[in-house]
Amino acid sequence: MAETADFPGLSSSVSGLREWGDRLRRSSEFIVIPVLALFVSGILFSVFLLALGKSPADFFSLVWRGGFGTSFSWQNTLVRSAPLILTALCVAIPARLGLVIIGGEGALVLGGFGAAAIAIPMVPWAPTPVLLGVMALASIVCGGIWIGLVGALRHYRGVNETISSLLLFYIAVSILNFFVEGALRDPSDPNKPSTMPIGRDNMIGMIPGTDVHWGLVVGIVLCVLLYLLMNRTTFGFAARITGGNLRAAQAQGLPVGRLMLVSCAIAGACAGLAGFLEVAAIHGKANASLIAGYGFTGILVSFLARHNPLVIVPVAVFLGGIAASGGLVQRRMDLPDATVLVLQGLIFLVILVSETFYGRLPFYRSKGEIS
Amino acid sequence: MAVLQSRPEGARRAIGLETIGMTKAFGPLVALDDVSIRVRPGSFHALLGENGAGKSTLVKCVMGFYQPTSGSALVNDREVSIPNPKAAHALGIGMVYQHFTLVPSLTAAENLVISRADTPAVIDWAKERKALEAFLETTPFKVPLDMPVSGLSAGEKQKLEILKQLYLDQSFLILDEPTSVLTPDEADEVLGLLRGMTEAGELTILMITHKFREVTAYADEVTVLRRGRMVGSGKVSDLSIDDMSRMMIGDTAIRESAARKAHSGEPLKLEIAGLFADDDEELPALEAVNLKVRCGEILGIAGVSGNGQSELIQVLSGQRLPSDGRIFIDGKPYEPERKLMDSFKVFGFSEEPLRNAAVPRMSVAENMAFRTFDKVPISPFRGWLSPSPMLKKARDLIAAYRVKTPSTEEPIENLSGGNVQRAILAREISGEVEVLIVANPCFGLDFASVAEIRAQIMDQRNRGAAVLLVSEDLDEILELADTVAVMSEGRITYTSPMDRTDRATIGHAMAGHH
Repeated sequence: MAETADFPGLSSSVSGLREWGDRLRRSSEFIVIPVLALFVSGILFSVFLLALGKSPADFFSLVWRGGFGTSFSWQNTLVRSAPLILTALCVAIPARLGLVIIGGEGALVLGGFGAAAIAIPMVPWAPTPVLLGVMALASIVCGGIWIGLVGALRHYRGVNETISSLLLFYIAVSILNFFVEGALRDPSDPNKPSTMPIGRDNMIGMIPGTDVHWGLVVGIVLCVLLYLLMNRTTFGFAARITGGNLRAAQAQGLPVGRLMLVSCAIAGACAGLAGFLEVAAIHGKANASLIAGYGFTGILVSFLARHNPLVIVPVAVFLGGIAASGGLVQRRMDLPDATVLVLQGLIFLVILVSETFYGRLPFYRSKGEIS
Repeated sequence: MAVLQSRPEGARRAIGLETIGMTKAFGPLVALDDVSIRVRPGSFHALLGENGAGKSTLVKCVMGFYQPTSGSALVNDREVSIPNPKAAHALGIGMVYQHFTLVPSLTAAENLVISRADTPAVIDWAKERKALEAFLETTPFKVPLDMPVSGLSAGEKQKLEILKQLYLDQSFLILDEPTSVLTPDEADEVLGLLRGMTEAGELTILMITHKFREVTAYADEVTVLRRGRMVGSGKVSDLSIDDMSRMMIGDTAIRESAARKAHSGEPLKLEIAGLFADDDEELPALEAVNLKVRCGEILGIAGVSGNGQSELIQVLSGQRLPSDGRIFIDGKPYEPERKLMDSFKVFGFSEEPLRNAAVPRMSVAENMAFRTFDKVPISPFRGWLSPSPMLKKARDLIAAYRVKTPSTEEPIENLSGGNVQRAILAREISGEVEVLIVANPCFGLDFASVAEIRAQIMDQRNRGAAVLLVSEDLDEILELADTVAVMSEGRITYTSPMDRTDRATIGHAMAGHH
């Protein structure tokens, strides 16, 4: 932490400069601690690899090559980041209100299914922009209602939002399976139960010159918009009061229940949109491939980004890169595909532990009042 | 039982305690600076000081919770080392805390027996009962043994806490503000009994307090701490209350209490009609509470902690739903939601602002904007939030209310208690206030802050605001209120204009004699 020890503002007597320096000192805490946590999880994972008789150096260099080394791996990484950004938003927005939502995967699955289902009758006649617009809307509505339901259960009945969102994920998967193996199954696809494809011509295209679809741009724009919502609007301010101290929010007469509901609905809409993008840009139909774990990795992204929508983008790219390198690691090191999941799990664990260090490291302790 | 039986009857003797140059530093902060006190065997010694003066640090060093940075402790003139609370107990030093440490679902007898370090795995209750009764014979305290502690009154619980220390054979008791949860009558009874035991030479007492009345009525000697240093000590009989309070406060300028402006025939402002509410266990906490507050009047609600006052405040501030009843302001129905709070100009603050009124991790500026963030100029157009007017407003309030903070950006949790309360006070009363709902506003604050905050409340009253003041500090009510109401077991049991009542009458009503 030596590089952070000499901020100019600390010794200055100009109050503006000191405020600025103080803010910088405090915000650097939000970088230093997660970076340290990543470092520690890297060490722990190295121990894991050594126990398997593999070289950690090989592993990390393969992750680098598979995730970020070539333009091909970069594109692979970015394709995986797009849904991660959106599912991370599904965690980050309610987290500002003190709600821990871990069921984003369910909203993603239902959003993808809703989009694919509404497309079936429209495919024969609807022009592509109309079709995609309606599909996106359907996914937003499905996802929004799904996580909105979690918020409503929490507000009206006091049901723990973490548990209910997780259980609703299983229900969402069952709904998907029920329809793709039944009424909405495409009879022409004998292998994998799926809905009818929306057709190659109707799918979302690539950003020119890349193999990355436009979903990445959607995610980044949403991050900026939601950052502004949480930090530059009265809604966001009220949400932060509610998340920081429920009693204080109530004593200010804030509509706590409505804030929770709306935030959950926004969160679900983001995850639902991720499902739409998976259907409309990758799979072309809804099937069990939607359940790829993006919703769960999104939890890790959001926690690593400390629920800050702007930080979510680079963190999602980082974790997207780790996921993208899974194949290469598997081939070259003869390690199972799930190895990168072990790394993810370790990172999450260490990040959760690192949460307890905020404000405890000597450098970040308050300097106390000026007298 | 080994401890008790090994002690011959009546041989329990008070011990003396002395600290020499006791110093305790937490990093750069010196909480206790070269404090030497002498508590003679069999004396009733009061330890006076404001919050943060170092009283608790001193007793925690003596109890072995902290290790002093330097200095030593002497028991009966012999130097002792107290590495942990167990060592303190072995020396006969016990402590009674401000809040109860009993298990509510167990009976008094069970609480006593399990408190022993050598409780056997299988308890022979018949034998224990006999021993307990024999033990109770030797003390003046009488407590029902077979009732669950949750059914005891606060006074009985406090007696049981003291009994527990005596049962554990402690002969030097440290009492930390032992009367804060008692009615005046209960306090007098408990302190009187303890006084009797010290006079008989059975017990030595070191009592932390800030109530001068208790010092003059019960203590033999007093030591005063200020900012970690010992600033005076002596026989209580040689000192006047003025002397002691000057020692406690030092040269700090205390704001004079604002004069009470006479009002007459002011209109009714706030009316609470037939209010019922349940507590967290869904038991009735408020039963048919009716209250009226006029413009320019402070209605003080007195009562022993836990008789429904906190539930009343929660209902009035929107933190708890009433099960029945109405609130009216200016004769119109009122509910604690933001729009009505703004249109009726209802404000309020309470004890422990970090828990009740602030978001600890948000900055001072943000915390000061809770009432104004959705209004011009901070929100210049609908829904948008503009940071620079927020900062400007915070700077103005910080200056006007002398909030000590390194910057507007400091998380409010890093400020001292008095400054947090001042920041919240600034937020709540800097605008136009018509109804002010206040609960224990000075709890845990130093003298200067207390005087400042009480004066501000009086100012609001003089300006014509209707003030509802709930306080567990009877002195605060006696000082501020125009009308006093006593709350007991969720009901208003006594109401009187302040000039037609007195401390004793209110105290009896608090105890439920009405």
